Formats: sequence, structure tokens, C-alpha cells
Amino acid sequence: MPAQTVLQKLEILADAAKYDASCASSGTAKRNSLGGKGIGSTEGMGICHAYAPDGRCISLLKILLTNHCVFDCHYCVNRKSSNVVRARFTPQEVVDLTLAFYRRNYIEGLFLSSGIVKNSSYTMEQLVEVARILRDEHDFRGYIHLKTIPEADPEIVHQAGLYADRISINVELPTDSGLTRLAPDKNGRQIEGAMGKVRNDIVELKDACKRFRHAPRFAPAGQSTQMIVGADAATDADIVGKASSLYTAFNLRRVYYSAFSPIPDASAVLPLKRPPLIREHRLYQSDWLMRFYGYKPTDVMEATEADGNLPLDIDPKLAWALKFRDQFPVDVNRGTKEQLLRVPGLGVKAVGNILTSRRHRALRLDDIARLTVSIVKIRPFICTVDWRPVTLTDRADLRSLLAPKAEQLELFGV
Amino acid sequence: MIVTPLARSDASYRVELPAPDDFEFWRDKARALVQCAIPPDRIAWIEPGGIGDLFAPGHVPLPVPAPDAPPVRASKQFLSLAKNAILHSDHNRFSVLYDLLWRLQRNGRLLEDKADIEVRQIEELAKNVRRDSHKMHAFVRFRLVETDPHVFDQLTTDRYVAWFEPEHHILRANAGFFVRRFSNMHWSILTPRGSLHWDGTTMSEGPPAQRADAPDGDPMEDLWRKYYASIFNPARLKVGAMLKEMPKKYWKNMPEASLIPALVADAQSREAKMVAEGALEFAERPETLAAIDKAIHVCRKCPIGQLDNEAVMGEGPRNAALMIVGEQPGDQEDREGRPFVGPAGQVLDQHLHKAGIDRGTAYVTNAVKHFKFVQRGKRRLHQNPGAKEVDICRWWIESERAIVKPKLVLAMGASAARGMLGKTVSISKVRGAPMTLEDGSELWVTAHPSYLLRLEGSAREEQERLFAADLAAVRGRLDELAEN
Repeated sequence: MPAQTVLQKLEILADAAKYDASCASSGTAKRNSLGGKGIGSTEGMGICHAYAPDGRCISLLKILLTNHCVFDCHYCVNRKSSNVVRARFTPQEVVDLTLAFYRRNYIEGLFLSSGIVKNSSYTMEQLVEVARILRDEHDFRGYIHLKTIPEADPEIVHQAGLYADRISINVELPTDSGLTRLAPDKNGRQIEGAMGKVRNDIVELKDACKRFRHAPRFAPAGQSTQMIVGADAATDADIVGKASSLYTAFNLRRVYYSAFSPIPDASAVLPLKRPPLIREHRLYQSDWLMRFYGYKPTDVMEATEADGNLPLDIDPKLAWALKFRDQFPVDVNRGTKEQLLRVPGLGVKAVGNILTSRRHRALRLDDIARLTVSIVKIRPFICTVDWRPVTLTDRADLRSLLAPKAEQLELFGV
Repeated sequence: MIVTPLARSDASYRVELPAPDDFEFWRDKARALVQCAIPPDRIAWIEPGGIGDLFAPGHVPLPVPAPDAPPVRASKQFLSLAKNAILHSDHNRFSVLYDLLWRLQRNGRLLEDKADIEVRQIEELAKNVRRDSHKMHAFVRFRLVETDPHVFDQLTTDRYVAWFEPEHHILRANAGFFVRRFSNMHWSILTPRGSLHWDGTTMSEGPPAQRADAPDGDPMEDLWRKYYASIFNPARLKVGAMLKEMPKKYWKNMPEASLIPALVADAQSREAKMVAEGALEFAERPETLAAIDKAIHVCRKCPIGQLDNEAVMGEGPRNAALMIVGEQPGDQEDREGRPFVGPAGQVLDQHLHKAGIDRGTAYVTNAVKHFKFVQRGKRRLHQNPGAKEVDICRWWIESERAIVKPKLVLAMGASAARGMLGKTVSISKVRGAPMTLEDGSELWVTAHPSYLLRLEGSAREEQERLFAADLAAVRGRLDELAEN
């Protein structure tokens, strides 16, 4: 077989990386290349340099170093028993691609992951080597996200954190039984152990930074993880519970959800149908409710239906409001911030605007309409000077009145 | 002597801005006009190339505020909002801003009133400008020109040029972003509103440019397009979400965008193909053994099913406490349609008898349902099933387990163990002790009886001893389980 070109390798190794949901490049330390020898900057907010037709942002060059793997995880296209074409980049090839793309302003940086070759520590060393060449030899100051292999030597993982902005370790599946069944070579305790170690390193070196000016930075954009949704029997309530325990136990920046999607050469242990994409979306919405709206995991669990899953036709906030109608309507001129944040259709920004505006005027329905996207959705849950929903809030068919009509976007998606 | 023009109570004024994005000029003039108490309706703000106000009278010199005029009140928040909003291409932006500044003098906290129509209007303008700037950071695409192959340090000789069409007057305001990011690169950004050139140390501004002034390609774009096409997951098409963040107006200057129509058109057929190849089209799990029997006879999910053979169903009581799992049917099993009736079956029967296990009380089946072989003349030679084939067939053995619900499963050979565990294990390491399966039942792993047939002499004696010991242990465990 003739040697693969970089173009062919890129095709194989980008294709293999696309099942990773995260592409964020935000939340790291501010840097720029002024006074340096190389290129690159990070300014807090991440930049999405393009969007693929799957609606996902392309911010980083997201590739695998290799898709050879000694593990045999059933949901993974790169598992040992899969018949996909294999390829392997050298660290230098990844460095060259990253810099060439970065100079043309295609990307914010690199998101590097890998199948496991030889053993976990060897693979992790190779990943760290890419980051080292970029940072030390090219003075690259863009964003680097390294996927960490939980079984690797902790010392190498620590090295990774010194070069990378973000480190992630995938918990893969929300339940231990799912992990045993679908990722027989992985071990839940080992994964969480590695996450705990990374958390400690972050805390320790952040503390050192306060005391010593030249203390090294360790993963300034924190750590994140990913769970596959719909490949095992876990309900949304299970998943939300797991996510919230991960957030608190490991100070995670983000928990990403990836709806299990059909992969070429799939294993027959996988489920029959892929979960609707909207399920992943509902989980992200619930994640938002917990992170920005003051919902507790138990609040989200209360919004689930009898089968433990969030309704697909309406968002979790509306689902909660419909279950707890006695909490509504909220008077926009008197309600507390916490109460307003629970009103379906009112975002964090709109609530902030309501709170400052009402110091200047008694808010009318028109005013609220100007501050929000859709007044029709909000109306049943609020009172203003000139509006009371009267019986609307208690109507039995409120859900069907508010549920969005079948969405055009999903036309292709089913 | 210079006569200072005083504000005339009835005069209207024209303020001509030198550049459409000149915030400092607008701020200075607006401050003076507020100090002279000129109300908004008597000022026309004219930008270069903009439409002059038809009703504005000729050149009346702008008034100069008295030295003791009260200072102008403008919060930091207003200034940062105005700085952004002034870059908008809306011709009314100067007058709306002046109007707000005018009203701010009476109500210093006016900006807090987000329901105010003008406050909303300005916030909207500023938001659009921020969005346009953000899209510029994201969608500018540099192309390489002027490479000197003889110079080693390419960074200092290569020049990169981009063509971009911003919607608002944001070019100059965003120069800093590109300088901070590409400070050691030589680059130019050309736009219809002006151009920027950076040589690694200083910034210079140039006149408006045309698309033809920029290079029309870059060798790296093939790689970038390949990346764009490969990172897209056809199984999750969401065109609306893409269009929301990357509207079509930007597409013409992005090399990757030319691929989008074909990617979208192909996506559904690619997904359908993946699902078909992945054999994910099983319907619901069969609920009876008869249904499994029927289904495996038409199963063609793996290459073994395509061979000239018949599926062999497991046999035994529907509620057996013990399930015995082998690898796959052999030549004789395939002909008779029953498991373990060939030479290996005889070895199994002898050992079961010795261990005191009645085969009639056990459910006997195979990890793979069809016989895998190669034809050699008249003979069909047995071949081991691949890991992938075992995994595909796991669906059936799991369906059988779900119905029979054995308390103990005896897996014989590596394929049977893989069919139970989903991973390949070493028999010598796991034999002799039970493992717990996810439904709570116990799994015991031992060698396959046909392995014993292939050995000779002392090796065979040793393995027969181990096999017998495993069966004896299973027997003992079955008795214990029966008591509980």
C-alpha cells in the first residue's frame, strides 16, 4: 500500500474525531503574540471560525493523532474490532497543519485526541509532544485542548496540563453498568480517579500562581468531560444526576452530551435506533438551567416524565412550569430575580433588563414584549400593570398551546 | 478680532463627519452642542458619502460653548455603547445617539430603562456591530502570497492577504485584534471600505479595495476543505442552526462554503448507508424462543449468514437454570440443525455425565448461530468466527438469555466468552471462578471441548483434568444456587 498523504490522513483522522462534541475555545487566560516569536492569541471569548451543516461550530482543528486503538469500546468507530481504514499522524505533521491553518485564520487552535497505540502512557506522551513542539519550538499562543487518557501515567497527564488550555477525560457513559457493557476495557473508578487528580493539580497551581509570579499555569480553561446519550438505558434523570455530581466533585467547566449517532461498521450490541437529536438538546437546556438559572438537579428531575426522561416536544423550563403552576403567574414588577428566572421564555438577560427597567417605570405588556423574543410564550406566566392571565395559567391544554409546532429544522434530522 | 459664534435660538446646524467611524469627532461636537443647548431636532449629522439632509440650511458655523458652560453628563456605559453603535451603517445613528445624550442630561440613569425605545434602538445597533466584529474575527480567511523559498525563516517573508466585506464600519476598530493575534506575520485585510496593512511592526491604512486585489486561492485550502467535509457528521444534519450563525452572505469569501450544498444533499443517503452497514436495523427484541429461531434463519447481518448453511437454534428447557454456550455449529450440527451433536458434542456429553449434570436440564446453544467454513473439495473446513461476527450475533444470544434467564452460564471457548462479555478474555486467566453478568447471573468460562480433541498425550490429559474440574465446580455451584 502506498504511503498515505497528509490529505488522506486528515480525512481519516478528522472523520474519526467528529463524534467528540466539544469544540469550545473559551474561558482560558488572555494571551497574545506581541513581543513573542510566534503567533496566536486568546481573548476570553472563543471564536467559531465556521459552522458545519450539522450546526456545530468549528473552532479548533479537532483530530486524532491516530485511530489505531487497542481498546474495543462498542460505541466507538475506532474500536479494535472495527474495519475502518487506519491512519497515523506524526507529531510534527499535526504541528505543521495546526500552524498552517492558524496563520490563515481558519482555527483558534488544536483539539487533539487519540486512539490508544502500544499503551496508554506512550500515547499520552505523543499527545504531549505535539503540544510541546507547538508551545516551546513555535511559541504558539493559541488554544490547545488535549484529551487525556485516564490509564496513562499521572506524571505525563500533569505535563499535558502545563501545555494545554483545557484537559478533558471522557466518562463516556452515565452509568457503570453501561460502561462495563459497552466499554469493557475502561474502568469508571480509574476515569474518576484521573479527573480528581487533574482537579487537584488545577487547584494547586492556581493557588501557586497567586503566591509566585512565575508559577506555571495549569490548564487555565479547566477540565471538561463528555457522556454519550442514548447508547445505554440511562434516563435523563440518571444523566442529569450524574452530570451534577461530576460538576461538584471535579469542578468541571462543562459536561458535554453527545447523542449516540450511527457510526460506520457499528457493533451489534448498540441500540437499534439512534435517540432523537432533540434529546441531546433538552439535556443541554437542563444543563443551562442548572448553571445559569439556579435550578437544582432535583428541579430538573421533577420536570421529567414518568419514564424518567425530559419531554421532547417542550423545553425543560416550560415542562417544570407546567408541573408547578401554583408558582405562576409572576408579577414582573414585584417578583424576585429567582422567580423571574423560572418564567418560561425569560432569559437571564431579559430578567436583568426587567430588574433595572422597573426602577424607572411600571412595566406594561408592551415593555416586556420589547425586552423579549416571544411575548405569546411568556404571557400565561406573568402579570404586568395591564395584563393578568386570569384562567390561562390553569388551562388544561396550555401545553399544546405553547409547544412549538413540528420544527422545520428536524425535517432532515429524522 | 475673531468673533465667537454664539448659539442662535432658531438656527439649524450641519455637522459633517470626516469619517463614518470617527467617534472622537462626534463626541467632541456632540459635547459642545449639548453645552450650547442645541436640541436634537436642529442638528443634521452628515457622514462622508451619506445623504445630506434636504431640509438642513446652508453652512451655519457651529456654536462654541461659553467657558462657564456646565459639563456634559455621560456615563461610562453610554460612552462604550456609543463607541460601538457609531460603527453601524445606519445613517440615523449619530442623531439617535445625540438624542440619548440630550436626554441623559436630565436623567443620568436613562440607560437602565431597557424598555425605552431609543435605549433599545442603540443597544440593538451596538449589538449588530459587535456581531459583525465577531464574524470578522471568525470569517476572515488569509491567503498566502510572496513566498521566497530561499529564506529559511518564512514567517518574516511570507505575506498573507484577506478579502472581507464587513456590514458596518468596523475595520479600523478591529485592527488590534489581528495585530495581537498575528503580530509576527505580515498581513493585509482588504475591504470595500478601506484596507489595513501590518508589516510586523507598524500598521498602515489604505484606500477601499476590490476583490480582485486579493489572491484567489491558497494551496492550504484543499486541506481545509477536506477537514471541513470530514468533521461534519452527516447523521446529525441541522442546516438551520448553521445558517443562523453563518448566514449565506458570508459564504462567498469562505473557501469551505462551496462544499455545503453537496454535503447537505448527500447527508441523508450517507446516514442511511451507515445504518444499513452497521446492521442497526433490528426491530424489537424477539419475545419467544420460536421467534428467535425464525429470525436467525433469515439473518444475513454478517458474512457467515451469506454462506450455504442453516442457522442452528439452541435447545433445552425454557426455564433452565444452566445455559451452556459453545462457539458455533460445526459441519454435523449444521446438517442436523441441533447444537453439540458432532465429535465435540460427544466429548461434552461424556464430561457432563461424569460431573453429574443432566444435559436435558440445560439450555445448550452457541455464541454464533451459523457455521463458518471454507470449502475444500467435498469437505467443509471449520473456521473461527471473527470478533465482529461474534459481536453481531451477540444480539441473538442475549435475546435467548433474556427469555431463559439462566442462573448460571457456562461459556466454552474464547468466542463464547466474547459473546457474553463483549471483550476477548484469556481463558486460562478467567477459568475456575465466576464473574457476575449485568442481570446478576453468574458466568463461568472454560475451554471448548473441541480444543481437547485437538490435543494429544499429556497435554490432553492436563486439559481434560482442568475441563472436568470446571464442570465439577459448576455442578457444585448449581446445587448451591438451587438451595437459595
